[in-house]
Amino acid sequence: MRARAETALITAGALALAFALFGLFLLANRLNPLEVYAVLWLGGFGTSFSLQATLTQAAPLMLTALCVAIPARAGLLVIGGEGALVAGGVCAVLAGVAAAGLPAAVGTALVCAAGAAAGGAWIAMAGALKHRRGVNETISTLLLNYIAIALLNHLVSGPIRDHTVSLKVTSWSIPQPYMVDAIPGVGVHWGLALGVLACLAAYVLLRYSVPGFAIAVLGGNARAAQLVGLPIGRLTLLACALGGAAAGLAGAVEIVAVHGAASSSLVVGFGYAGILVAFLARQNPLAIVFFAFLVGGISASGGLMQRRFDMPDAATQVLQGMIFLCVLGSNALYGRVRMFRVARAGA
Amino acid sequence: MAGSSFDSRRRFLNEAGRIVSAAGLAAAWPTLVRAQGKPITVGFLYTGVRQDYGWNQAHTVAARQISRLSGVKVLEQENVPETAEAEKVMESMIRLDGARVLFPTSFGYWPFILKIARRYPEVLFVHAGGLWKEGDPANTIGYRGYMEEPHYLCGIAAGRMSKTGKIGFIGAKPLYFIFNNCNGFILGARSVNPKATCQVVITGDWNNPVKEAEAVNSMVDQGVDVIVGNCDSPKVVIETAERRGVYSCGYHTDLSALAPKGFLSGAEWNWGKGAEFVRAWQTKGSYPNLLRGGFKRDMVKLSPFGRAVPEAVRAEVLKARQAFADDTLALYQGPLRDNEGNMVLKAGQRIDNEDNKYKLGVKFLVEGAIGKTGLAR
Repeated sequence: MRARAETALITAGALALAFALFGLFLLANRLNPLEVYAVLWLGGFGTSFSLQATLTQAAPLMLTALCVAIPARAGLLVIGGEGALVAGGVCAVLAGVAAAGLPAAVGTALVCAAGAAAGGAWIAMAGALKHRRGVNETISTLLLNYIAIALLNHLVSGPIRDHTVSLKVTSWSIPQPYMVDAIPGVGVHWGLALGVLACLAAYVLLRYSVPGFAIAVLGGNARAAQLVGLPIGRLTLLACALGGAAAGLAGAVEIVAVHGAASSSLVVGFGYAGILVAFLARQNPLAIVFFAFLVGGISASGGLMQRRFDMPDAATQVLQGMIFLCVLGSNALYGRVRMFRVARAGA
Repeated sequence: MAGSSFDSRRRFLNEAGRIVSAAGLAAAWPTLVRAQGKPITVGFLYTGVRQDYGWNQAHTVAARQISRLSGVKVLEQENVPETAEAEKVMESMIRLDGARVLFPTSFGYWPFILKIARRYPEVLFVHAGGLWKEGDPANTIGYRGYMEEPHYLCGIAAGRMSKTGKIGFIGAKPLYFIFNNCNGFILGARSVNPKATCQVVITGDWNNPVKEAEAVNSMVDQGVDVIVGNCDSPKVVIETAERRGVYSCGYHTDLSALAPKGFLSGAEWNWGKGAEFVRAWQTKGSYPNLLRGGFKRDMVKLSPFGRAVPEAVRAEVLKARQAFADDTLALYQGPLRDNEGNMVLKAGQRIDNEDNKYKLGVKFLVEGAIGKTGLAR
């Protein structure tokens, strides 16, 4: 309980510091920070429509953040969400095209499953390299991103290109019935529900299941895990595959809910933004939901800030960067705030 | 970065002043207002940054022109990806800023426009792409210029200025309009130097500065001495060409400042035509849903000549531009062979410059091109 209060307080302090620093930046540019923050609130959270925009932005980030958070539990730093998302999107299209003619719900489920499977396999490759050959998973997942994007570009400009689309290089489309509309009454696509569910499921799995505990032991001390006889190879693969499956699902959602076909529009940085969200959430799946919402809100309102104050888009990125740095920096405070230290000693 | 200063209050006061004075005029002269239309907010969405020396910048030129119309306020947002976010940004401009005309300037925004246009009948969506077809919402417009025509003019300059008779074309994607532009460039050059050849490289990316620079360097190494780049921002192509001491031509917008020595001229869009749609929407006038055209319909422009281009060549280029405007010059006319030796058009055959169907189906490179389309035949 106290530990949670500690997390909440330190995070809130870090956020406040970030907004204060950004306020100085705004003052230096002769803008009134209060006016800007009012617009930020309006654009990200202030109206029902702003909330829709925010949730639309947040949905893919929840899934790509899990691609970092789940392997992190096993002590792995995976940054391959972008590649897993692309792999998931491409395979979702292939599955949808290959399995045309099924009932709509079955088709959609199949497309999503194919995306998740592809994303899972993609990151599991890095897990296998790590376990079998000791290849650093951070480097290998980073490089796998480039490979996935190159494969996507190759496939959509040749083998699976839809030549009837004149202005854009894009793949064949999945059958129209497999596409899903927005969640009724919410105005946000189903990726949001999937994202929240996935975060809940990851939380339960990591906290309350035996494999989740085994993964945590592995992350805590790999030697110890090996000594007590845990199958560390399988656990490494499992953590990677689950994380990759989340990002692959994000790619499949982009296909069934947004694009209907694969193209370079899949490569818009959701995977990298997910890293930011996972670190802000300190790899906690529930906190990911909150921080995806926050980051989504900041990007959604960034547009309004651009328009109202004629700021360049880079200004929003300055704010995001400051939040990131402040929250990361605040990690050094854990266990050093006196009111919480007493509690820790007693716990 | 001009146009993105933080000096917002002054700008706001200016804008407010403009609207207030427009409103004042409105109260005073109702008839005048009916002619001029109500104050209106116009939103521009860009996929990249505004000052990109390319596609987006060409649209900011139009945004500036449109912002000078009376009673018009322009809002701009950059770095809007072609995802569900595009849809939300458009809706945000409509619902939070009250925009009534939107210019979503990237091809990939089109599906999102179709998704929301019927929900907002009070808003006009003007898309740079010319994708509108029968059955699409009446409050959507597609417009696009025939850039092959200014490329033909650049080709004339290139053909005259090249010492080696070797010119170069760097394209981003294997798409019909890239092939048309390339063909225009080659046909222009060969109209003044029938022996001219053109190296063609398709990089595969709209934005890949490394490959673009490599392509320029390897072309120059092979004796090419005039290069044009068809990518999102030809800045790297032009600057690399300048550094290597060869001539270059621009694309999208006026890029003459990038190469004071070697710039010949360039192919530019005239997206400023969009002002007519804004005016029509404001006054409830009529507008076309699909507008394509070249010089004849004032949809494209030619960049100012670089100082390397002598008077005689300028005159020759301008003569051809007049011929396009007068419709006396057709880009594709027989006899025409592709670069694999196949007869494309027989002698006497002539493709109208506004024959969309033909131009959309172009999948060949004309004789003189050294390179491949990269498409399966």
